[in-house]
Amino acid sequence: MLQSVTAQPEVARSAATDYIVEIRDVHYSVGNRPIFSGLTMSIPRGRITAVMGPSGTGKTTLLRLVTGQIKPDRGQILFDGVDVSRLSRQELYDLRMRMGMLFQNGALLTDIDVFENVAFPLREHTDLPDSLIRNIVLTKLQAVGLRGAAQLMPSELSGGMARRVALARAMATDPEMLIYDEPFTGLDPISMGMIVRLVRQMNYALGITSIVVSHDVEELSILADTSYIIAGGKVAAAGTFVELKDHASEIVNQFMNGLADGPVPFHYPAPDYYEQLLSGKS
Amino acid sequence: MNLLRELLENLRQFIATIGATTLFLGRVLAQVPRAFLRPGLIIEQVHNAGALSLVIIMTCGLFVGAVLGLQGYDLLQRFGSEDALGTAAALALVKELGPVVTALLFAGRAGTALASEIGLMRATDQLTAMEMMAVDPIRRVVAPRFLGGVLAMPLLTVIFIAIGIFGVQVVGVQLFGVDSASFWSQMRSSVGVDDVYEGIIKGCVFGFACSLIAVYEGYTATPTAEGVGRATTRTVVTSAVLTLILDYMLTALML
Amino acid sequence: MRSTRAVEISTGLFVLLGFASLFFLVTQITNRELAISGGSYQVNAQFENVGSLKPGAAVSMAGVTIGRVDSIGYDQQIYKAVVKLRISSAYNRIPTDSDAAIMTSGLLGGQYIGITAGGAEEFLKEGDRIELVQDAFVLENLINQLFATFARGSGDASKANEPAAEETKQ
Repeated sequence: MLQSVTAQPEVARSAATDYIVEIRDVHYSVGNRPIFSGLTMSIPRGRITAVMGPSGTGKTTLLRLVTGQIKPDRGQILFDGVDVSRLSRQELYDLRMRMGMLFQNGALLTDIDVFENVAFPLREHTDLPDSLIRNIVLTKLQAVGLRGAAQLMPSELSGGMARRVALARAMATDPEMLIYDEPFTGLDPISMGMIVRLVRQMNYALGITSIVVSHDVEELSILADTSYIIAGGKVAAAGTFVELKDHASEIVNQFMNGLADGPVPFHYPAPDYYEQLLSGKS
Repeated sequence: MNLLRELLENLRQFIATIGATTLFLGRVLAQVPRAFLRPGLIIEQVHNAGALSLVIIMTCGLFVGAVLGLQGYDLLQRFGSEDALGTAAALALVKELGPVVTALLFAGRAGTALASEIGLMRATDQLTAMEMMAVDPIRRVVAPRFLGGVLAMPLLTVIFIAIGIFGVQVVGVQLFGVDSASFWSQMRSSVGVDDVYEGIIKGCVFGFACSLIAVYEGYTATPTAEGVGRATTRTVVTSAVLTLILDYMLTALML
Repeated sequence: MRSTRAVEISTGLFVLLGFASLFFLVTQITNRELAISGGSYQVNAQFENVGSLKPGAAVSMAGVTIGRVDSIGYDQQIYKAVVKLRISSAYNRIPTDSDAAIMTSGLLGGQYIGITAGGAEEFLKEGDRIELVQDAFVLENLINQLFATFARGSGDASKANEPAAEETKQ
């Protein structure tokens, strides 16, 4: 149905093909502030991989690197063996047809209704007749349980519904990989449960690789096959959830168990408390 | 010393903005041919920029014309030349007031709408989402809006002028009793088709400039509520200043 | 989603209104209609000074527009401005000894050519020349004359009242 990228012949195929994404020694900095310094990780095909880490460790930046929105200063990011950062704009667009991304707030187009939002990628990329588009859209909406909301405008949806519509839209072109950026943030327990169920369903029923970026440890513990914890610009720990819970690293321990103080200090760096009080200066 | 550094920094910023806008224009123009493949999108934007601005343009045109009628009549009757009201008002409207006031209103109505719409799409990740769906937002969002503005502006200008002349006529002829026949015939004998072209060319240029500023400010807005607000303000201010500067240059060129 | 039909209709109305306005501007407030309908013929006249007369200005008889100024040129042989007048064929009974004067409508109005009929039996036709002309009224000439008259003291005061143009009348 859709044009798909044939791997560039000059680009080396990754050795182990059961990894759909491979990040090799990536360095990236904004201005003088390094975000990643030597990040290496592999996302297995057909599994759910969780990427966790304290706020500000560049989880969203990682997604932007994987999807080619920004280029690393150094290192390689391979999607199915193709170096994402070396692609031209058009090749990148072709590649993105094979991935779907779910934004934190859904990022639905606000001037068209739910139906047209899901139909959007189809209308943009195909010349399918209206009747066929209608069938595909209704199927996708049915899968997320929102077929009845097809005529609503995005402004009339709750946060959880908007995310489910966005999921239906991301699924419209049948991608091989789905990326979820903070899918649980700000949701009530019911909506959260629905999203968890959907992520699983998409993964197991359709064999789609999933990358879930989040810091909701509890939800991820149900979902993820493999987990990465990023801290200090590197992978701090990797493995199954059970392995991570008993990890020796202090930062991993602090993150997994939600401790208030640890390697990530409770206090923002400041001069000595008593000295400042007594000196009278602000 | 500090002041000088700040001044230099501002100058550098100013030059960088001009460069960035020009590069952005290049990206938009490169997508224009492909945007024309989807005329429906452009028509929708002509509707947004043009049809929705119609009421304000017509109201303002009528009143600008009416004021011109009052002032013009008062001025000309001192010289006993109130018959020249048609000529004076028509030339003022066609050559200056029509294009300039339309551009200012256009920046205030359509320009801000464009900037805040695109800015909000940026702030709510809609543009990034399009990128992720392999849809170029410049082609899908920016180019049709830019073209809609460029197409609508000259039409708004001529509508403004026509309504304005009607306003002059209402005040001059109906209210003050300027002879209708000499009002029209004097206007006809001294307003040339060239004058009308001058007005339309100005309308096109202003439309181009104001639309570009609006889509640029929206597209590059800081993705926060505050950023979108500032982009909207900048759209109006920059459009107004640029319109008046361009007006001087065009007038000097075509006089 | 907004009804596409409503968008199309209002956009269509907007575009139609725009073109109607353009049509109005080009036909109603400009002098395009001086492309005289029906046939026309051209005559010319030579002036010492055309003032601010412009091509497109009206040619009128007894206040009625009968044609337009086609072109204004300068003839180096005779050192005079040559004005070509295009007159509608409907007005084909203008005596050959008629008089063409450059006049001003109002104090700020534009200049036009007024033709006053003579008494000859023959009428102007294509390519003819109007012999009797009256130049543009130039304010400076009048003022100069006025000063000259005053300088001459009590002199011939009545002369100052005559338009400057009168002197060039052949």
